[in-house]
Amino acid sequence: MSAISAAERARLENKFPEVFKTSFFKRHGLVFGIALTLAYLVFCWFFFNVGPALSNGKWDRASIYVQDWFSWRAQPRLRFGEDGVVTPQWSSRAQYPANATIDWLTPNADGSMTVTFGSQADRLDITTQQVDVYLNGEVWPVTITADAALAPEGAPAAIQQDRQKVVVDFGFEGQAEIRANQVAVQRRFFGWANFLYDPKSPLWGHDLFSTIGLILSGDRINPEMSNASYVLDQWLNNQAWQHGDILVKLLQTLVMAFVGTLLATLLAFPLAFIAARTITPNRAANWGMKRFFDFIRSVDMLIWALFFTRGFGPGPIPGIAAIFLTDTGALGKVYAEALENVDDKQREGMKSVGASPAAVNRYGVVPQVAPVFVSQSLYFWESNTRSATVIGAVGAGGIGLKLLEAMGTNSDWDKVAYMVLLILFVVFLFDNLSNAIRSRLIGPGAH
Amino acid sequence: MADIGHQSGLSPAGETILRHYRSQVMTRRVYSVIAVLGIIIALFAAMSYANAANSGKFFERLPYMFDFIKNFLPRDPFEIFRAMFGLESPFFDGSAKYDYTSSNIYLTDSFYIPNFVYQLLVTVNIAVVSTIIGGSLAFVLCFFAATNLVGAGPVRWVVRRIMEIFRAFPEIVVAGLLTAVLSIGPIAAIAAVSLHTIGALGKLFFEVVENADMKPDEGLKSVGASWLERVRFAIVPQVMPNFVSYALLRTEINVRASTIIGAVGGGGIGEVFRLSIGRDYAAQTYAIIILLLVTIIAIDQFSGWLRRRLVGDQSFDFGKASV
Repeated sequence: MSAISAAERARLENKFPEVFKTSFFKRHGLVFGIALTLAYLVFCWFFFNVGPALSNGKWDRASIYVQDWFSWRAQPRLRFGEDGVVTPQWSSRAQYPANATIDWLTPNADGSMTVTFGSQADRLDITTQQVDVYLNGEVWPVTITADAALAPEGAPAAIQQDRQKVVVDFGFEGQAEIRANQVAVQRRFFGWANFLYDPKSPLWGHDLFSTIGLILSGDRINPEMSNASYVLDQWLNNQAWQHGDILVKLLQTLVMAFVGTLLATLLAFPLAFIAARTITPNRAANWGMKRFFDFIRSVDMLIWALFFTRGFGPGPIPGIAAIFLTDTGALGKVYAEALENVDDKQREGMKSVGASPAAVNRYGVVPQVAPVFVSQSLYFWESNTRSATVIGAVGAGGIGLKLLEAMGTNSDWDKVAYMVLLILFVVFLFDNLSNAIRSRLIGPGAH
Repeated sequence: MADIGHQSGLSPAGETILRHYRSQVMTRRVYSVIAVLGIIIALFAAMSYANAANSGKFFERLPYMFDFIKNFLPRDPFEIFRAMFGLESPFFDGSAKYDYTSSNIYLTDSFYIPNFVYQLLVTVNIAVVSTIIGGSLAFVLCFFAATNLVGAGPVRWVVRRIMEIFRAFPEIVVAGLLTAVLSIGPIAAIAAVSLHTIGALGKLFFEVVENADMKPDEGLKSVGASWLERVRFAIVPQVMPNFVSYALLRTEINVRASTIIGAVGGGGIGEVFRLSIGRDYAAQTYAIIILLLVTIIAIDQFSGWLRRRLVGDQSFDFGKASV
């Protein structure tokens, strides 16, 4: 490249001022914008106390909660009896029926107990005097005294002395807390426990394939009903998973979104004709209706939901009312805008043949806007399926409240995962359903 | 339209066309009637189901609803403003119902932020921060989801599925999980709203990118620019106004979302509102409603004005952006 002369340079600069002499804002605006945003984020870091909140977080529990999404824990307490016998004690949420044979928890003839963690190399041999901890095949004896359990000298990091007790960590497979009078075992397995039947059910122990076998076989388990309906009944009434209840709550949420959006569509449709400048030649009515739409749209869905929960009690009605009111405003606004953009020629045609005002709108306007209206309502239906979940959590019931209850216990994260999967599935289904309807109405690619 | 048939003297071909036309109109009408009937039946079934599932029945509770509205009044209209601005109430008797002053945030000895205004600031800040975080990540991701930049290969598939999952994942679960770890506070709300924003904005962003004019990209390709340079100098300048416009629209939606998330454990005005309406504090409830209404309208108007300046009226494609 050859250098240009000073005169040539000046000429170019004068000829294209928009290239060479841009405003300060245009040249440095991006840097300033990014700097301002970063400064704002730093401010918010302190405003929301993010640092202390993060360092005070119970991160050790977080990993347990996340593991609970896809795995489950059996938590027996192995109590030391006076007579030297170790007996397992289960809480009311036990995953096994009484007297079940458990392959990882085997009582021995002398009253002691063996707990395996995945393989024979990782196990506990528990007597009331001493607990032999096997880690990768190496044995570490933990002695039990009258008031404490004592870890052996030189034990690896997986065996920790914590005041009176010894904590043994087997990684994902579980952990054990050895105390003076008991061993609290936590054994973790992949999957969801008792997803099909709870331990009290006579069908406990059947997996999916043997269940299908049951349904197909002729012998009735319960003489009063067929095997298929018996299986369904046992599954829906699973005490641990509450499938029946969860499905009912999911249905409530879907009903909220469906009824709310449909009622809003039915009301917004006539009101939008009043609000549209081109249809109703009355400025006061247009303005009043538009401000009414703005008002009910701007009052938050939360406010409507809580308001109607006070009035009607928890359940789908407040949810429907909240979605109905906010969406009447939102849909009314969208519809009115669509109406103001219609092609006037078709209305003129109808007017020119002497049609009544109703007929002018019916044949001159509605055919133009109907696909847009339906497509917008479908969009709202889709997004309301999501909002109904959240609205439910603040008191309107449905799957949202169920989720909140499950999360509140901090031990039902597998159930939370199950409900999340159900919600994702339903949202995915509705997405595709409404996309299919939309593309049939207004052609593919138009949305 | 069906009157055409009364004119006689049509040719045989005309008769056939007319017959076909009539049968088509008939089929269409039958389908319409079936569809409308189906929707009406579904609506009534759903409504009666909702009524049966509710803890209070609609018509039984309707009078209570009106009673609630009638009786849910502050003792004097100025109470609402006292509650709003954190002024002392003449009815103060030591109960929380008339205590508007103790939660005020004092910046100096005499200058304070009223509690409700402060909570509102928290909520609005949650919305803005979430939009910034979610929008930035969506900005980074959207180019990998656009067919014209990465093709229809596995990258696009993975990025789009990630966005879909973020979009459909229930916000309360993210908030709930973080609340369990970090205890109640705004971080849970920020994370929940940000995640959803990534999904929602990401989808809108990559649609904009796919509609971008590819000629500048071609020009850059012809002089040997790398992929990153092509994105930076050919695509970004074109799509930026639309991106900003969508981000502003998202801010409006996020203010509402963070209010609701606040009510289920994120803090801010949503939680204060849930408590005050649950305990029948009429003056405080109305004060919050007015504050929220004014804020939401102000934010909507401001962002609407800004969007109209940036991209003109096309940014008011309301339904598309609200998903």
